[in-house]
Amino acid sequence: MTALPTRKLEDWRYSDIAAVARAWPVAAEVVHVAAGEAVTRMIVQDAAPGSATIRHFDVVIEAGARLDFHVINSGGAYGRVALDVSLHDGAVFTLGGIIVAAGEQVLEIVTTVRHLGPGAVSKQVIRCVAGGTATATYLGKVAVARAGQQTDAAQSFKALLLDRGATANAKPELEIFADDVKCAHGATVGELDRNALFYLESRGIPPVAAQALLTRAFLSDALVSIADDGAREAAEVRVTAMLEAVK
Amino acid sequence: MLVIDNLEAGIDGKTILDGLSLTVNAGEVHAIMGPNGAGKSTLSYVLAGRAGYVVTGGSVTFMGEDLLALEPHARAAAGVFLGLQYPVEIPGVSNLMFLRTALNAQRVLRSEKEASGAEFMKLAKAAAEELGLPYEMLKRSVNQGFSGGEKKRNEMVQMAVLEPRLAVLDETDSGLDIDALRVVSDGINRMRSPERATLLITHYQRLLDYVVPDYVHVLVAGRIVRTGGPELAHTLERDGYVSMAA
Repeated sequence: MTALPTRKLEDWRYSDIAAVARAWPVAAEVVHVAAGEAVTRMIVQDAAPGSATIRHFDVVIEAGARLDFHVINSGGAYGRVALDVSLHDGAVFTLGGIIVAAGEQVLEIVTTVRHLGPGAVSKQVIRCVAGGTATATYLGKVAVARAGQQTDAAQSFKALLLDRGATANAKPELEIFADDVKCAHGATVGELDRNALFYLESRGIPPVAAQALLTRAFLSDALVSIADDGAREAAEVRVTAMLEAVK
Repeated sequence: MLVIDNLEAGIDGKTILDGLSLTVNAGEVHAIMGPNGAGKSTLSYVLAGRAGYVVTGGSVTFMGEDLLALEPHARAAAGVFLGLQYPVEIPGVSNLMFLRTALNAQRVLRSEKEASGAEFMKLAKAAAEELGLPYEMLKRSVNQGFSGGEKKRNEMVQMAVLEPRLAVLDETDSGLDIDALRVVSDGINRMRSPERATLLITHYQRLLDYVVPDYVHVLVAGRIVRTGGPELAHTLERDGYVSMAA
């Protein structure tokens, strides 16, 4: 990664290139999970307002190993968390990603997940909330090599737009060279459920609190895969604080 | 307690309630019966303040206050409870969390002391037990995966915990088998007291065998065309609504 990318590149088409230039060049961070090991990682991108941050992870998960990765992407004018993940035989990768974007922020989660060996599993759950004129983007590529039989890959993306000017981009991409695979993907962009809002209000919960409750519940989908109760609750507290800032 | 005077209201520019008047005193149970499209659900939504329903005339006074001037959550805090015909599922929010948030939001608005965790648990447990809803179900997401009967029981649990002054129950009996109907009726009867009132909105007379109303009103084309005692429900069951329209 030496040359500054342009928006002509598929992976950068929704990016704020002027901001990218400020963060360039980017040194990749390496995560190596040895065979049979289980590792958890939590990345919170909460850089100062106006700043530009790009984090790129080169991840290798060896045979039978497991990585549970969580990303909360919320800081700066531009924030990008990219993962390039290689899965070997029977490896498991779960990604829970949250984007909370407000004002004019451009926040992205970009993944390439390579199923190199047979029987590997990848589950990606991305939840975004965008307000103002912010842009939240998830680009998720799953590449299954010829040897990647019995691959089980799933991508779920849902975005909630709080304001008219907010944007969510989602692009799942599949590249499959094996014939016995399961690759599921789904993407929805919407607003808060009006029926649910009225239900909460009719029980005495003020509108702002009702919206916050529903938004938190929406984002929590991406955190349920955190096995440790304490860590999950801490993540939920952080997300709640970030949501306060969006309003 | 509740005075509805010549109420006109509708949705999407269409008038549905057309001069409805009704007075409910504390301690009374009123049943409103009527055919499809008479305005029964509109009445309940207008009382609860659902967005989209527009009041074009008349007034609604609750405990001496202009009910229509209040936002939905403030109406709840004032003591109005709407039991929904189709309770909403809310993934990711547990029943306990929902109910505790609601109870304390109401108390804050009324300048009362919030319920502690222990106090709330006691209330919720007692309500769930009395209404035959396993307490474990309250730990699950609001109404998610609940059967029709369980959703209605859950509405009654919420009502028991929130202790409203006026319960407006919109077709609470629809979709219930006999056992569930009995439990839900017990839930309504249990709330009967000289300080509270209930407005039962229903299609069928069946519920009124279990919850005997003081008054029965017949709603046709957006206004009350007839009022009587419990016997009126039986007349309706026998003769149908068509006989009332004349």
